[in-house]
Amino acid sequence: MQQAVNGLFLGSIYALFALGYTLVFGVLDILNLAHAAVFMLASFVALFLVGRSGLHILVAFPLAVLFAGLLGVVLERVAFRPLRARADSNISGLISSIAMATVFEALALWIWGPNVSRFPFGTIPERQFQVAGAVISRLQLTIVAVAVAIFLLLTWLVTRTRLGREVRAVAESPRAARILGVDVDRVIAWSFFISSALGGAAGVLFGLAFNAIQPDMGRGVELKGLAVIILGGMGSMPGAVVAGFALGLTEVFVVAHLGASWRDAISFAGLFLILVLRPRGLFGAAALREA
Amino acid sequence: MEWLQETYATYQSTLAYIGLNGLLALSVYTTLSCGQLALGNAGFAAIGAYAATLLTMKAGAPFGLSLLLGALLPALVAVPLGLPVFRIRGVFLAIATIGFGEVVRIGLVNWEYVNGAQGIVAIPQKASVGLVWICLAGALFVLSRIRGSKWGFALEAIREDEPAARTMGIHTARYKLAMLVLGAALAGLAGGLEAHFTFMVAPNGFSFGRVVDMLVFAVVGGAGAFYGPAIGAAFLTLLPEVLREVSPHLGIEPGPLRMLVNGLVLLAVILFLPQGLVSLPAWWRERLASRRSA
Repeated sequence: MQQAVNGLFLGSIYALFALGYTLVFGVLDILNLAHAAVFMLASFVALFLVGRSGLHILVAFPLAVLFAGLLGVVLERVAFRPLRARADSNISGLISSIAMATVFEALALWIWGPNVSRFPFGTIPERQFQVAGAVISRLQLTIVAVAVAIFLLLTWLVTRTRLGREVRAVAESPRAARILGVDVDRVIAWSFFISSALGGAAGVLFGLAFNAIQPDMGRGVELKGLAVIILGGMGSMPGAVVAGFALGLTEVFVVAHLGASWRDAISFAGLFLILVLRPRGLFGAAALREA
Repeated sequence: MEWLQETYATYQSTLAYIGLNGLLALSVYTTLSCGQLALGNAGFAAIGAYAATLLTMKAGAPFGLSLLLGALLPALVAVPLGLPVFRIRGVFLAIATIGFGEVVRIGLVNWEYVNGAQGIVAIPQKASVGLVWICLAGALFVLSRIRGSKWGFALEAIREDEPAARTMGIHTARYKLAMLVLGAALAGLAGGLEAHFTFMVAPNGFSFGRVVDMLVFAVVGGAGAFYGPAIGAAFLTLLPEVLREVSPHLGIEPGPLRMLVNGLVLLAVILFLPQGLVSLPAWWRERLASRRSA
């Protein structure tokens, strides 16, 4: 029971992170490897707002998420838009996102240094509840609640709003969407904003959860996020959420029963098998299109 | 003469790393040359490094044999890996091979016989700078022979349009697999050389970041020409040495400065010079020509 709680808590962060990852992939067919760097920078910005400016975390959180979203727009403008017309844009986009990730990480390293930074004591008041034999901290509860709220908001945004419809149209076919009068560039910029905001939210929650923020904190999550979106099916948002929770739960159980050092092997072995056996993932819609 | 010796002693490790990184960059280039982004090379290098190290230290094998088998083993592993993996393409291929590399690394972390995460130390130093450079020259020679041959044209056809190449009777799967095997052998060779140059191997030396470095070398140098990746590796290996000298004047620590410049160089190349640094002379000539005609 305790492990289930911990797994759900970890899974909600993975799911948030992977949602942003998969959104950009669904729209552009591009893997944005700078996603993890945005995750990390948002965490640092939240820390800065709480630690230096003394803001309450409830104020700092949306500000950091907004910052991450804007960073996403910058990322799109600098690293993806100029390459869009190229024939090999999915490989060159991958590489330019690596370049941006390196730049972001260098900036964090320059500003905050390589050591672990921590939120000041009592950022989220520590209190614990006993539910059905499991200890749940207020922090864990808050994180899961925030994550669920964001899932609901995103579902509403994608299924009920005009922007959501346009995003889905562009994901289906940018050309057809353009003919139908959709401003494709604007939609892509918004997709990056939403995607990076989700990554940023995951970053702040991750920073709060483990209270250890450092410039290379995104690296582990980056590869696990890949495993999650592959498992869930590239471009599938419900798939990313389900797979995120599945990975969180699996990891916690593996740590409990096999030992911590095997934890990461699960995600990569799973990722590899899925790609070889069922490349669509669990929720992937159609077979992969030939180039 | 004394000055020369001193300089050599100071920069010995940089010189060796130009060669090692060149080999690793070429190992990524082999699959790139037929349009496949396979990123399992950190795993191949790890297999090569550990195999060569164990052969030298536990079996007492002569260095040449260790090195040879260190290149051969990852090449053998690449065959069963390549068969299923090349059914998928593009970004998916990249992700699957990243997964392979990470599984190798985590497997080594959990393998107690080779000291897990701490790795193996005190490996006899048997690789010299000269040997590393000879291996690099050998790899360049092999790749230069491929270009312009029937084999080379087949690879280009696959890179440009794989279904069309298949229609023309090119056995695409066989060529792609051969390039993966060749790349794995080069990575394994580099791994074995590195282990016997730096006295140590550890799993974390073969993380995802390492394969990203290899890709960056290849792209910055230019993946259109067989010598491009080696030039990229040389450029980006020398760059930190230069930056170390200038960083005190800029007020930035060398670490972040190196990353920052690496990122900016990569970005500039991919945006403005997609054929890499090797296309710089042609680009320059073109600019001069257009200015003259204007």
